Amino acid sequence: MTPDTDISAALQANLLEAIAQGSPVQIVSGGSKTFYGRAPQGEPLSVTGHRGVISYEPTELVITARAGTRLADVEALLAEHNQMLPFEPPHFTGNATLGGAIATGLSGPRRPYAGSARDFVLGIKVLTGKGEILSFGGQVMKNVAGFDVSRFMAGSLGTLGILLEISLKVLPRPESEQTLLFECSALEAIQRMNAWAGQPLPLSGAVFDGGRLYLRLSGSTAALNAAREKLGGELFADGPAFWRDARDHTCTFFQGDAPLWRVSVPAATPPLDLPGEWLIDWGGAQRWLKTSCAPATIRELTAKAGGHATLFRGGDRQGAVFHPLPPALMALHRRLKAAFDPHGILNLGRMYSDL
Amino acid sequence: MKTLASDTQALITALHRILPSSAVLSDAEDLRPYECDGLSAYRELPLAVCLPETVEQVRAVLRVCHDMNVPVVARGAGTGLSGGALPLANGVVLSLAKFMRILEVDPANRIARVQPGVRNLAISQAAAPYGLYYAPDPSSQIACTIGGNVAENSGGVHCLKYGLTVHNVLGLKVLTMDGELLEIGGAALDAPGYDLLALMTGSEGLLGVIVEVTVKLLPKPERAQVVLAAFDDVVKAGEAVGSIIGAGIVPGGLEMMDNLAIRAAEDFIHAGYPVDAAAILLCEVDGANEEVSDQILKVREILKQAGATEVRTARGEAERLKFWAGRKAAFPAVGRISPDYYCMDGTIPRKRLSEVLSRIAELSKEYGLPVANVFHAGDGNLHPLILYDANKPGELERTEEFGGKILDLCVAVGGTITGEHGVGMEKIGQMCHQFAPAELTQFHAVKHAFDPQGLLNPGKAVPTLHRCAEFGAMHVHGGKLSHPELERF
Ligand SMILES: Cc1cc2nc3c(=O)[nH]c(=O)nc-3n(C[C@H](O)[C@H](O)[C@H](O)COP(=O)(O)OP(=O)(O)OC[C@H]3O[C@@H](n4cnc5c(N)ncnc54)[C@H](O)[C@@H]3O)c2cc1C
Repeated sequence: MTPDTDISAALQANLLEAIAQGSPVQIVSGGSKTFYGRAPQGEPLSVTGHRGVISYEPTELVITARAGTRLADVEALLAEHNQMLPFEPPHFTGNATLGGAIATGLSGPRRPYAGSARDFVLGIKVLTGKGEILSFGGQVMKNVAGFDVSRFMAGSLGTLGILLEISLKVLPRPESEQTLLFECSALEAIQRMNAWAGQPLPLSGAVFDGGRLYLRLSGSTAALNAAREKLGGELFADGPAFWRDARDHTCTFFQGDAPLWRVSVPAATPPLDLPGEWLIDWGGAQRWLKTSCAPATIRELTAKAGGHATLFRGGDRQGAVFHPLPPALMALHRRLKAAFDPHGILNLGRMYSDL
Repeated sequence: MKTLASDTQALITALHRILPSSAVLSDAEDLRPYECDGLSAYRELPLAVCLPETVEQVRAVLRVCHDMNVPVVARGAGTGLSGGALPLANGVVLSLAKFMRILEVDPANRIARVQPGVRNLAISQAAAPYGLYYAPDPSSQIACTIGGNVAENSGGVHCLKYGLTVHNVLGLKVLTMDGELLEIGGAALDAPGYDLLALMTGSEGLLGVIVEVTVKLLPKPERAQVVLAAFDDVVKAGEAVGSIIGAGIVPGGLEMMDNLAIRAAEDFIHAGYPVDAAAILLCEVDGANEEVSDQILKVREILKQAGATEVRTARGEAERLKFWAGRKAAFPAVGRISPDYYCMDGTIPRKRLSEVLSRIAELSKEYGLPVANVFHAGDGNLHPLILYDANKPGELERTEEFGGKILDLCVAVGGTITGEHGVGMEKIGQMCHQFAPAELTQFHAVKHAFDPQGLLNPGKAVPTLHRCAEFGAMHVHGGKLSHPELERF
């Protein structure tokens, strides 16, 4: 573990200087998700020095840490107390930070069953584009005082403010986990995943890759055995490694240079008629597509299915990486950006070209 | 902003032009039912009440008000407990009560698309044939609307495990004050751009009018089992809560009631509660059959070790529902034993529970006003009910002062002034304690991005800095003025 340091004063001074100079900054952290979003621009401002767990009380189910704290360090500490970050954030190459996890708002395979990164945010301290350090939310489970700015920050890709501290709800680790394996087609897999998700079963992951449906169960041993009776399938021994690889994009599917799309659709949507290779995660709600198909085609079909598509990796990083918004929503985004970053200084163009 | 009689007449004429005549109320006696929400100590008559039936009509009402610079207060069932739906004397109340249709239940995707005036419980009833339900269950669920739930980010006894409204809503259709229709989220698990669902949920009618809601449905657990534990001491009950969570158990619900609440509920519902107990805990575990059996054993053991005088597992579904009926009817039950009661809603870190309850008991003696405690112990969300009689001169004022002290106490121990009922009109002063001026200014900037003219529910939820300065001048907190940097007047 790296030593704890609080560099919020220095970050604030740097930002005020950048505001005075009118020179945009890009927030950099562990760099594990540099590939994500549109190409960064502006002077790099590193937050990795701002790290350390500020408080953690297992019986309160709450942890508060500085944004530059490594995700691996946070998870190791939680594991000592048999707890976890329920949204299973991707680490990708391993230097991922807590700030990066919340700023990108990405969640792993447990997401449809446990909740997303933003669902577990309880409070934040943020250095806004005005150069002010503000606190929203808190460390309690329920808090409706004022607009929910903390959850709003999740997934905003550093375009609204520099996250300094984050409080998250954590949960006990399940007593045990098992992975079951089924051979089937993509269509069958989607149907089964959704039929099971509508029943009271202890599901915690459902991925379809290469003709195989992988199903993860979490809970007490007795409950898992009972669920297995009902579900059938074959017990898969290498479960933990499989789910880690699915989370971090380290399995074979994610190798290679073809543009990688993240397709988010209603979970039970039948396979989309788009050329390329698919990996289906989140019980059907998040689908990865490796393809050189034209972005407009992908977006049109995804939108028709009630979803949206992100050019996750590769392809044209100067173009529209995230699904374009209708004009009224885009205008509201611009006004919200201006409300937090009136000088237009933070992570310009990382999300949309005019934000 | 005073509206002249002639302006009022012009407004009403304009509203009649866009709505059927039965959908515009403006006579004092017709307005009376809308003068307050569930917090009846605050009352006001609006200029008019509109009852549109279609999204186009809502849009037309908003456009008229926008053009005439008239404030609008959206209203669901009016069960809110913080004056959120309290009318403004110079404004229009926009009732969504006629939007009662369930548009779609999609069992394959486990979602329901509903109009904003649909009652919370009606969603679960519509989903029941598919073995599904909508998880957040406010005690008011037979009456309150999903639109109101979203606007307040309402919770319920099962939110400890299944989350609040914000965790269970996937999409919204929202009209902004200028009549623009925004589609936020949808049937997928996420949407591109900023998380506007997070901002809208809990926005108390300040950012937009919700005209459609897509909610997540969950499979009904295979089994739910509730344990009732009695304690001879409130502090011991508070500590038992921490022990259950600390043991790695996340109950479906974990609720506490103190003696006054127990007796009131027992008198009303005959739930079989032990009326001599200083406190009871209701701990429900749900999930797979085997898991529930395991956890019930663990919970019983923990409760005994924590010093429970009695630990009773409900025998069968009928008794389980009876245990819960007592809890869910606790507010009206307290209403039967006192002319009036005032419901507080602070949240605190769980570990400070015993200390805060003791302090509330001391304050209760100081003020000579009894307090019944009924609350979501598992997530530290307190509902002290202060019993008073509004007909006794000065008693309401003393009650409000006492309530304010409870909220200050919640903030002082690291908690918040409202866990689920919202700020509304009621806690507007306490917001000045919870947030610094820069944070309040940021809230106003968010509001401005949605509603630049400030016409949606103005004066609620987020105080102006002027208001805080006035409030601070009256209210010296811990020997210090709240905002010494602000000018006093
Ligand atoms: C006996 C009792 C028990 C309760 N128990 C609980 C509980 O367990 N948990 C809990 O969280 N709350 C509880 N409440 C409080 C209340 O029921 C909730 O806040 C509920 O969500 C309010 O819904 P409503 O339809 O009555 O909204 P209203 O009271 O009509 O309105 C509430 C707020 O929402 C806004 N609003 C309403 N509809 C819309 C819309 N379509 N678009 C935009 N804004 C809108 C209003 O402007 C107002 O600010 C309880 C209340 C009572 C009386």
